[in-house]
Amino acid sequence: MKKTIAHIYALGDQAITIEWSASISEEANNQVMHSFHFLQLHPIEGVTDIIPAYSSLTLIYNPTIIRKQAMGGSPFEWLKKKLASLAVAPLETTPKTAPLIVPVCYDLSLAPDLLEATQLTGCAIEEIIAIHTSEIYTVYMLGFLPGFAYMASVNQKIQMPRKTNPRKLVAAGSVGIAGEQTGIYPLEAPGGWQLIGQTPLKIFDITKEEPCFFKPGNRVKFEAISLEQFHQFNAA
Amino acid sequence: MSITIIKAGLFTTVQDGGRKGFQHLGINPNGAMDALAMQIANMLIQNKAAEAVIEFFYPAPVIRFNVSAFIALSGADFGATINEIPIPINHPIFVPENAVLSFTKKISGHIAYLAIQGGLELNEWMNSYSTNTRAGAGGVEGRVLIKDDEINFKATVLQENKQSQLQVLPWMADTKGLYQTQSLRYLPGNEFSFLNAFSQQFMTNAQFTVHADSDRMGYRLKGPALKCKKQIELISSGVTNGSIQLLPNGQCIVLLADHQTTGGYPRIGHIIQSDIPTLVQQSPGTIIRLIPVNMETAEKINNRQAQYLQQLKNACTLQLNAYHRH
Repeated sequence: MKKTIAHIYALGDQAITIEWSASISEEANNQVMHSFHFLQLHPIEGVTDIIPAYSSLTLIYNPTIIRKQAMGGSPFEWLKKKLASLAVAPLETTPKTAPLIVPVCYDLSLAPDLLEATQLTGCAIEEIIAIHTSEIYTVYMLGFLPGFAYMASVNQKIQMPRKTNPRKLVAAGSVGIAGEQTGIYPLEAPGGWQLIGQTPLKIFDITKEEPCFFKPGNRVKFEAISLEQFHQFNAA
Repeated sequence: MSITIIKAGLFTTVQDGGRKGFQHLGINPNGAMDALAMQIANMLIQNKAAEAVIEFFYPAPVIRFNVSAFIALSGADFGATINEIPIPINHPIFVPENAVLSFTKKISGHIAYLAIQGGLELNEWMNSYSTNTRAGAGGVEGRVLIKDDEINFKATVLQENKQSQLQVLPWMADTKGLYQTQSLRYLPGNEFSFLNAFSQQFMTNAQFTVHADSDRMGYRLKGPALKCKKQIELISSGVTNGSIQLLPNGQCIVLLADHQTTGGYPRIGHIIQSDIPTLVQQSPGTIIRLIPVNMETAEKINNRQAQYLQQLKNACTLQLNAYHRH
């Protein structure tokens, strides 16, 4: 695989970003995930958070701790040098894991934008559901809300722009589309994505040791369920 | 060993050094807005620097100490009193059983901190006591403190010599060298060069007013509409505490403790870490100035601040040990 030249820049004096591409690409995201997993396995003392995004990786660090490792030198320059080698490291091809199956009910009572979506896309409801459930999506990053996974790529036929007037309140579990991205609201929150269904799964649960259902790099497939199955899901 | 919230105050929460290590899951860091004030309050009473404290705005809460306690206040000065006797901030203070802490007026600053020796006895969520009100987790039931909340604090050696009287110990933490009195400093961001000539020029010595619509997620800055040379669509990437994002309406927001972990707006700059405490202590309506610095300067300032804090910590320990030998 050919190496992509990465751009490393400061995000203030406590964070540093490696950017492989200025657009969404699977290749760049492979590199993001590779470096993310590498740094999780080989942590740098003083780095407190590693945030993967579509085509970049951001490290949050404690400058006082990094400075000690840099023998009193610039924490940023020290980290930049350390990351430069990582940024061009050759990729190993990792075997693809089986996708997580996420049940989604596309009943109109749980899908406030599904009717409008037929006008926006020119597809019938059944078609939208068939297309949305046929793809395997990748979790490119999490953000916006705890546990909110940005998944791509949505088939061009059912891509829709965000709503011009975001909703004040979107129900937890709502499944939405925004451009080529699809995602699930883990909590009740304001939001502007077009809502085409709802999952009965708890995408974010503070009582669990791992409160977030999704992790960066997960592969995901949606499975249509009936309204009856939706209601039975949590009753069971 | 507990305190009781008699009156809630505007937005009173439990915070500590922040929730680290989970931002890749979209779990924001939270933590004390003014990390310096949190550390100083803790250092004064020999707590761990990032021990859980109570963070509050004005109108401030009213708090009763159900047993005697060793406490310190730092950050904003809201005219604190114990049983109606004025007490200073940045001093260690013994408070007697049933003492009532209340606040009289906003004298300076915007956010205040109360540290209690031993720390608060609460359940951690994801390695932190900080309240994440969005997720409904951390702190006390993941929410702001309300009337009649009772919070235990841990037993400590010092409390064994029970104080029957209010006592303000005579030394204070001098915080003057830690806060910035003039312009706040920022590092130009990755998208700074996207700004048009006017906007870049403005940012060489920028004047903004802190907007009323500012909270723990971020402070909005009111100023002239800043524009990019051309319309750009950015894909989302990491953002952090202090990032200055340019919103589509040309106004800026500085991301703070409860910020999202990723964002897609141009990051025109980042307030240097050392000046974030000064920024958060500015109330809405205050005029602030921003000037750019380079990384070398930012890191030098940061290092100096870390050393100053270490000296302060050592001084607090020395003073307290000397006091106990008497």
